[in-house]
Amino acid sequence: MKAVVTVIGKDSVGIIAEVSAECAKHKANIVDITQSVLKDYFAMIMLVEIDKMEADFAKFQKELALLGEKKNLDIRAMHEDIFNSMHRI
Amino acid sequence: MININDILETVNMIKQENLDIRTITMGISLLDCVSDDQKRLEEKIYDKITKSAKNLVSTANDLEATYGIPIINKRVSVTPISLVGACADVEDYVRLAQVLERAANEVGINFIGGFSALVQKGMTKGAKNLIESIPQALASTTKVCSSVNVASTKAGINMDAVARMGEIMKETAYLTRDNDSIGCAKLVVFSNIPEDNPFMAGAMHGMGENDTVINVGVSGPGVVASAIKREGFCDFSRLADVIKKTAFKITRVGQLIAYEASKRLDTPYGIIDLSLAPTPAVGDSVAHILENMGLEKCGTHGTTAALAMLNDAVKKGGVMASSHVGGLSGAFIPVSEDAGMISAVENGALSIEKLEAMTAVCSVGLDMIAVPGDTSASTLSGIIADEIAIGVINNKTTAVRLIPVYGKGVGEVVEFGGLLGYAPIMKLSDYSSEEFIKRGGRIPAPIHSLRN
Repeated sequence: MKAVVTVIGKDSVGIIAEVSAECAKHKANIVDITQSVLKDYFAMIMLVEIDKMEADFAKFQKELALLGEKKNLDIRAMHEDIFNSMHRI
Repeated sequence: MININDILETVNMIKQENLDIRTITMGISLLDCVSDDQKRLEEKIYDKITKSAKNLVSTANDLEATYGIPIINKRVSVTPISLVGACADVEDYVRLAQVLERAANEVGINFIGGFSALVQKGMTKGAKNLIESIPQALASTTKVCSSVNVASTKAGINMDAVARMGEIMKETAYLTRDNDSIGCAKLVVFSNIPEDNPFMAGAMHGMGENDTVINVGVSGPGVVASAIKREGFCDFSRLADVIKKTAFKITRVGQLIAYEASKRLDTPYGIIDLSLAPTPAVGDSVAHILENMGLEKCGTHGTTAALAMLNDAVKKGGVMASSHVGGLSGAFIPVSEDAGMISAVENGALSIEKLEAMTAVCSVGLDMIAVPGDTSASTLSGIIADEIAIGVINNKTTAVRLIPVYGKGVGEVVEFGGLLGYAPIMKLSDYSSEEFIKRGGRIPAPIHSLRN
C-alpha cells in the first residue's frame, strides 16, 4: 500500500532532508517526490510505500506531525486511496 | 502519481474547509430479540448491540488515521423499539431506553437512534405506550434519540398522533428544564421517514434491511461554500456545475470510507447519505453557501430558490459518486447548528415562516428551532401539521425538531453546546390553532398516493 505525505508551510533549509530521514527511520520507501515553492510558500508531496514499515502507520503519522509542529509546517500522511477516489473516476 | 494540485485541494478541504465524514452509523436489527419476558428482552437487546457494534468505534478511529479524514460521529440505529417491545407498558419502555443508553456507553458511540414508533395510519398499543414513555425516556438518558413517523404520502396524516406529539414535546421540555429542555433536541417527528438514515435524531433501522448494515453520512458545507467563493461571479448553470463537482468529490470520500468500514467490520454496506450537514463551527454553514451565492443574508427573498438549486446540485453530483444513495440526502437547515442561520435569526432576516418555505425544497424540515417555553401544545402540533403536510403532498421526507425552551421567551438565547450549538428563541404566531388540532382523526392521503 502507498501513502501520500504532504508537507505544507513556509520554506526553510532542510525540510526534504528531515522528512526523508523520518521516512527512512520508519522504513517507508519514497517512490516519488514533487515540490513547488510559490513565494515563501512551500508544498512538497511524497509518495511512499509503507508495506515494509516496522511500526504502525498511526505512529508514523504522529511522528511526522510532531516534526511538523517543530518546524512550523503542516505534515500529513494519508492513504493514497483518498486522493484516487476523490480525483479519479 | 496523482496531480499535486489535486492532493493539495484534498488536504485543504480537510484542513481549512471542515471536510469530514459526519457519521458512520451501524444499523442493527433487534427483531430477533423479541421476547414476552421484559427482562429477557432487555438482556437480548443489550447483548445484540454490544456484540454487533463492538468494533465500530475502533474501526472508525483506524479509518480516520489511515485516510487522514476526521470521522466525527460513530452511531448505532436500531429497529424501531415500538416493534421490538410491542408488549411493553410505559415504564417498560423507559427501561428499554435505558438499556439502549447502557449499550451505547459500552460500545463508546455518540448516539443511538431508534427509540421510535411508526404511527402514520394508526397506533398499536405498543406504539402508544412508547410515545407516552418518550418524555421520561429522554429525560433519563443522554444518547438515546427518538423519532415518531406521524404521516406518509401513502397513508395521509395521523392527526391524533400530531396532536399528542405537541404535548409530548412540552412534557419532554419540562422534564429536561434544568438543561434548557435539551430532551427535545433528541426527539423528531417525521413524515415519510427513511429507513436507512444515518443522521440523528431520526436514525432507525428499517424493516426491510439486513441484520446489520453500515450507512455513512458525509458532510462538507464549508467545502461547497469555498468552491462557490473561489469561482466568483458566474451564472447559475456554471454555479450548479461547481456545486455538482464539489459534491461528487465529497461523496467519493464517503463511499471510500463506507466501503472500507463495511469490509473491516464484515457488515454489508447500505447507503451513503449525501447531506450537507452544518455545524456551529465557523466555515461549516449551509446559510453561508446561500450567502456566497449573492444573498445579503440567509432568509431574504431568493433564499428558497438558492436552496432548491443547491439541494438539487448536491444530489446530482453525489449520486454519480456512490453506488447506493439513501437516507435524507440533501441540505440540512438546522438553526442552532449553523452559524449563518443563527446570525440570520438574530438579525431578523430569517423567520420560522421562511424556514418552513425552505423546507419544501430541501431535505428534512424545521430542525433545531428554539421556541418560547410557554408555547401551547396545540401550537406546536399546528407547526408539526404544517411541516408534515409539506412532506406528504410533495412525496418527500419532512421532519420537525422544535425545542420549546422551558422558562425562556422570544429574544433569549439557549445554549446546547457541542454539535447542537446555540439558538435564539424564535417568534411564533400569536393566534391559536387549538380548535383545528382538537378535531383529531386522519387527514386522508393525497390523490397522487393512488399510483397503482
